[in-house]
Amino acid sequence: MSTAEGGLTWTVYDANKMTQREIYGLVLTELGEKHPEIVGLSADLAKSTKISDFGDRFPERFFNVGIAEQNLFGMAAGMAKAGLIPFVSTFSVFATLRAGEFLRTDLCYQNLNVKVIATHGGTSFGSAGATHHSIEDLALLRAIPNLTVIVPADGIETAKAIRACMDIKGPVYIRIGRGFEPPVFESEDYDFEIGKAIELRPGTDITVIACGATVYHAIEASRMLEREGVSVRVLDLHTLKPFDDDAIRRAVAETRRIITVEDHNRIGGLGGAVADVIARGGKGCAFETLGIPDTFCSHGYPEDIMHIYGIDTDGIAAKIREVLGRDFEDDEDWEDEV
Amino acid sequence: MPLTEQERQQFTAIAKKIRGDLVDVTQWSGGAHIGGSLSMVDLAVLLYWKYLKLDPAQPDWPDRDRFVLSKGHAGLGHAVVLANRGYFDIALLKDFNQYGSPFGMHLDSRKVIGVEVSTGSMGHGLPEAVGLALGARVLGASWRVYCIIGDGESNEGSIWEAAMAAAHYKTGNLIAFLDRNHLMIDGRTEDIMSLEPLADKWSAFGWNTVVVNGHDLDALAVAIEAAQAHTTGPSMIVCETVKGKGVDFMENNPAWHYGGLSVDLAAKAKQSLGV
Ligand SMILES: Cc1ncc(C[n+]2csc(CCOP(=O)(O)OP(=O)(O)O)c2C)c(N)n1
Repeated sequence: MSTAEGGLTWTVYDANKMTQREIYGLVLTELGEKHPEIVGLSADLAKSTKISDFGDRFPERFFNVGIAEQNLFGMAAGMAKAGLIPFVSTFSVFATLRAGEFLRTDLCYQNLNVKVIATHGGTSFGSAGATHHSIEDLALLRAIPNLTVIVPADGIETAKAIRACMDIKGPVYIRIGRGFEPPVFESEDYDFEIGKAIELRPGTDITVIACGATVYHAIEASRMLEREGVSVRVLDLHTLKPFDDDAIRRAVAETRRIITVEDHNRIGGLGGAVADVIARGGKGCAFETLGIPDTFCSHGYPEDIMHIYGIDTDGIAAKIREVLGRDFEDDEDWEDEV
Repeated sequence: MPLTEQERQQFTAIAKKIRGDLVDVTQWSGGAHIGGSLSMVDLAVLLYWKYLKLDPAQPDWPDRDRFVLSKGHAGLGHAVVLANRGYFDIALLKDFNQYGSPFGMHLDSRKVIGVEVSTGSMGHGLPEAVGLALGARVLGASWRVYCIIGDGESNEGSIWEAAMAAAHYKTGNLIAFLDRNHLMIDGRTEDIMSLEPLADKWSAFGWNTVVVNGHDLDALAVAIEAAQAHTTGPSMIVCETVKGKGVDFMENNPAWHYGGLSVDLAAKAKQSLGV
């Protein structure tokens, strides 16, 4: 179990009616009751990110800095130096790109205990267009030392991650969506450990590794392929950093075909991290990455965007069928070395 | 100079028509930034129908004045103004926000004719406007740059970085407008992050600054002409406006920063506008 925090936990019943953001707001407020050192900060997106729940309950511990993301991160760093635990929320694109150097130099270089809960990750704010999409954040953040990077699959996993990040004495980035991602987990009654992938479906023919909103679709695709007699393992790789190399190596050894899928540029995110582990492992393996193909996406509903770029159930299923038919170099000594 | 009676009537009628169109497009699109679009309509009409040197038939005409909507979330308002000014058919806005339409809630300069700069992230338009103004100087061109920023947007450091640069480089061909509607997303500007004394700040930064009623076409016209005559540095016209202007249930209501309209609510909004 990740954390000693008890209290209220969430089930699919609540999660069905609430967005990831809403669950975040409620869990943070609950943590705030127990931890007087928690403070909240936002930049005119308190209501939009739901950190306003915390602000309404603890007005004296909440700071809306106006539309000023650099100052948002600078102030959070100062509060952390004073001994507080700041939770900072704005849209993912502004947290990482607008305030990126403040995140890196103030929070990560000084290894400060600040939690960045970034909403509207990936293309989840679809209709707002490229200015508000965040398809570069994981590539950028993976390269920043000291930072823990988590992409929960749904609202319930968001609750788990928010509680678990309290155990880390350093900067944590949690990327959540805009809302309405279908629930993956039934309740909070499961083991969530930062840095450890979760096998959501066992499988022997191929492994689909997903994070965030694509986890649900990976499961659906796995179910679809099961009806065709294909055994698809699904890993919820919720932590991009530190990375669960072992889960990847095991998947390579046991299924020898891997697909990654993420709501992010195909460059530098989950796919890149998995490719790195596979290449260093030196084992032949059929491998594909699904994600945004290095382009600024058009605006549109998130479900449409996910469909167009093939990161929804249909796209994943099609890619599974393709990769199942693919050849790869088979070492003679493969079995010995595994 | 104040407007002629004919101009006043013409621009007032256009502004009214545009407000009605904003209600329509908001209803079609499922949701849009209508509050901050309504607050800048009168100013936008005056710019697009009287002061901007432009030719909708030649959107790339090199000598055109450049208009930059720094508060790019009001792309709805900009799109409706451009359509009414003849850049494209307003019917194209039927699928505003939908996948495949060139029009998203933040206008893309590579897709929408007449849009100079892709904005939507706060605090980007004014720096680009300063760059455009200096570009004209380097090229020896005579066009001017007009830019609208938001009051909430004025929290951004980059606005003040641009303010310093414009004054430093004495961009007399830059006229900026501050849509002072006193609201941002989370509430009133003075509750979230105090801006006042705002006009004094712009003056202190070296800008030729005036404050006018942003819904008074005559006052705006006088201020714009005075700013045009001021060529030794940048001008800031702080426009006192009402967010949601013209629609009674939206006026001064932070809930209408962004919203959707049912058929019924759209009808109520039009009734309130008298269109
Ligand atoms: C860098 C950045 N941070 C946050 C946002 C989200 N956002 C969109 S509009 C807005 C409020 C803008 O307020 P204001 O400039 O006063 O505009 P108006 O009230 O005239 O609509 C915010 C915070 C953004 N678009 N860009």
